[in-house]
Amino acid sequence: MNANGNARKDAHWPAIRFTVNGESRTVNVPPMKRLLDVLREDLHLTGTKEGCGEGECGSCSVRMNDELVNSCLVPVLQAEGAEIQTVEGLALDGELHPLQEAFLRNGGAQCGICTPGMLMAAAQLLAHSPHPSEAEIREALAGNLCRCTGFVRIFASIASAAGASESEPAQEPIGQSDLERTQHAR
Amino acid sequence: MSTHATTRIVGAPVPRKEGVDKLVGRACYVDDIKREGMWYGATVRSTIPRGLIRSIAFDRRIDWNELTVVSAADIPGENIIQLIVADQPCLADGKVNHCEEPILLLAHPDKHKLREALGGVKIEYDPLPPIFTIEESERQDQIVWGADNLLKSFLLEKGDVDSAWARAAHIVEGEYRTGAQEHLYIENQGIIAEYSAQNGVTVWGSLQCPYYVFKALRGVFDLPEDKVRVVQTETGGAFGGKEDYPSVLACHAALLAKKSAHPVKMVYDRMEDLAATTKRHPARVRHRTALDKDGKLLAIEIHLDTDGGAYATLSSTVLSRATLHSTGPYLCPNVRVRARSWATNHVPYGAFRGFGAPQAVFAMERHMDEIAAVLGVDPVDLRRMNFLHEGDTNATEQLMREPMMLDRLLDRALQESGYHAKRAQFARENARNPVKRGMGIAAFYHGSGFTGSGELYLNSLAGVDVTPEGKVRVLVSNTEFGQGTNTILTQIAAEALGIEYSDVTMAAPDTNMVPNSGPTVASRTSMVVGRLIERACLQLIYLLREQAGLGATYASEEFLAACERYRDAHGEVSSMCRYEAPPGIYWDDQKYHGEAYGAYAWAIYVAQVAVDTVTYSAEVEDFWAVQEVGRVLHPVLATGQIEGGIAQGIGYALYEKVVLADGRMTNNQMTNYIMPTAEDVPPIHVYFEEIPFRHGGYGAKGIGELPHDGPAPAILNAIRDATGVSFTAIPLLPEDLYAGLVASQPVEEPASP
Repeated sequence: MNANGNARKDAHWPAIRFTVNGESRTVNVPPMKRLLDVLREDLHLTGTKEGCGEGECGSCSVRMNDELVNSCLVPVLQAEGAEIQTVEGLALDGELHPLQEAFLRNGGAQCGICTPGMLMAAAQLLAHSPHPSEAEIREALAGNLCRCTGFVRIFASIASAAGASESEPAQEPIGQSDLERTQHAR
Repeated sequence: MSTHATTRIVGAPVPRKEGVDKLVGRACYVDDIKREGMWYGATVRSTIPRGLIRSIAFDRRIDWNELTVVSAADIPGENIIQLIVADQPCLADGKVNHCEEPILLLAHPDKHKLREALGGVKIEYDPLPPIFTIEESERQDQIVWGADNLLKSFLLEKGDVDSAWARAAHIVEGEYRTGAQEHLYIENQGIIAEYSAQNGVTVWGSLQCPYYVFKALRGVFDLPEDKVRVVQTETGGAFGGKEDYPSVLACHAALLAKKSAHPVKMVYDRMEDLAATTKRHPARVRHRTALDKDGKLLAIEIHLDTDGGAYATLSSTVLSRATLHSTGPYLCPNVRVRARSWATNHVPYGAFRGFGAPQAVFAMERHMDEIAAVLGVDPVDLRRMNFLHEGDTNATEQLMREPMMLDRLLDRALQESGYHAKRAQFARENARNPVKRGMGIAAFYHGSGFTGSGELYLNSLAGVDVTPEGKVRVLVSNTEFGQGTNTILTQIAAEALGIEYSDVTMAAPDTNMVPNSGPTVASRTSMVVGRLIERACLQLIYLLREQAGLGATYASEEFLAACERYRDAHGEVSSMCRYEAPPGIYWDDQKYHGEAYGAYAWAIYVAQVAVDTVTYSAEVEDFWAVQEVGRVLHPVLATGQIEGGIAQGIGYALYEKVVLADGRMTNNQMTNYIMPTAEDVPPIHVYFEEIPFRHGGYGAKGIGELPHDGPAPAILNAIRDATGVSFTAIPLLPEDLYAGLVASQPVEEPASP
């Protein structure tokens, strides 16, 4: 179903307003529609992924009003007036967020499907605990499953991002060429 | 040969090639794609394990004119998923052989109406008696496949096993069992298909092997090569689970696309993915071993049996790899391995990282500790005493002609883990501690690439080209699904071409654009395909020097200028290479004798576990992994492969149980199929020793599967060390630990009333 089709058919639904990545958005969708589907289908923010649809894997994690939520378990009516951040809202003006840069350097992403959710969980952690212990990192990621990495490189990535936030960057900045859309022009 | 030369890019921790796309959320997975006018597809599946389809009824309250319904009668070509044996129908035709077998396909423009329609199909069956175990299948009470239920058998023989028993000082027997395991890639299976009379079938999807899907589509649609196109989308984990199954799903989506005249997307939800797609083969392995008085191996006899499920899929090749990994990294003059894969009425089992080796290695390495206990020797000493060395022959009488360093790997593993000191410490502490700790070890190898003559049969073609826009592209059908294919192949190309890593890209994994460089399986990408890319690049440099004036040293711009001069003279700039076997390779497919693999990766893993005798939980507290995988092409990616494989191995050993009832998976949710989480994975210490392999890409051997082979036996050996109780089956859940530990307690006298 394309976006136009949705808009026509769903025009009679009440408007739900919220902020996504700093932009205010209004959707007219069934109020019990999952926030995950609203983000992906209505707002075309497909960075947020579905892994299980039952709140176990955390791939659909987004930050909502300074809480980490599984967007597959949130009916969109609960998002009325909320501030939501998705993975698309991490990098600003073409600059990778320190967490994204740390994941890139430390092998925190392999297949990439859990990565958006992992990044949101990590961002939520660092927002409240800028220098987390390893135990805190493990606990913060306990609701996010990764099948590729065994989590070890993800822990290292988050620790590195937390460390880099106060000292000067230890590594050379990533070249512009790495930031360009890479690979598989489809 | 550049394996010993200093390299600029190979061996450096360059950023993952598609890493930024994945980190900013713009990497495009199949469910992120919409095609104009796209419908959604769903599958009507068998609810019984075996029987005849008596009738199919459609609920009259549903307007079936809105839907496309596909049955076996709509298949234009052969109703077969082409893999190894032509036995698995694309859609059941009159008969079902397992639960969840696809019978009908439905498509509708609205996902929700599609779901309602699924519930509106009622199928009635005349059930036939099903079988669910290896034992039932080998008894042949019911014949559910072929003439005898036997999907495949192998007999491997070396020396004279029968005469060895009489000379033995010790004979040790054991039986070991391993359960099914789910891949649990976080991205479910998914395909989008389109059909037009002019272009034929095009599919986009989450898959490992574009040319496997290509072959399956050609058979089902009876189409020539130029009317089938397969494109891999960004793939969210695979682990073997997207080796064979995408062929089924692609055929389904394409049948719906053809009949509905719309693009059709089929993406499974988690419950359907878990219930209906392949898993690791369950196995039963029986060992009988003869040893001399010092503990030297005299004879190994193994009966290895797997449950293959209802159709042959990849059971024969999984069984082959299990056979060839069953005797461990040890020298033994007399060996007999009798291996069989049996049909049952389970959902067909398929490829999963390790491909039979984890089952075989679990049995062998658990058995080594049982032997050590019988002989009263240290498990480490028993292994060291029997290690293979350069110049020895293994079970297939393959001469170990490459340098080997098992002793060094073992020394390093013992030293890094503090194995002996910790064992002694735990032995002292355990008596007065309800938490019992122990150390366990596993020694093993993994053969890189296809078995025996397999690589010659694949006849892979790969190469590089330079586009008129000055883009240097690696041309392979090998796919990225997290392991790092894009990164290591572009590293190799940039290194060999003498240009920068950022100058090289991957051509799209699209059968219209890339040659068939074989499937992305069997730990073959770095070694086999990497070597093809290295050769193709060196060949291109030679041509540019000879025919386009490329100097001895050059910058990227000079390289591209030489490419343009070459293009002016020859029309295009491309260099392709076809696989050539290393010299002196001999393999007998009938006798299972000769060079089973071009190279082996070797490893020693050590697990430290804690068993809580109050809660009966077992926890891996620390893990050390020492391996020799040839040249390490990328230290961060390689370490990530090892860590991830070990985490899956820990799940295989202690957490992941596929619960089957009447042929159906009953825990087909992430809520109750439990994989290790961030709180469960121990610190994992990864060490590489490097011996570059002459015939691998910049010296690489295979790495991807190795780390799944060793954790389970190391962990159960550690549990034996901790508790003194031998557990011989995985997964080992708390209830199994409870049963085993309670059974081992001396019977207490009942208290007097």
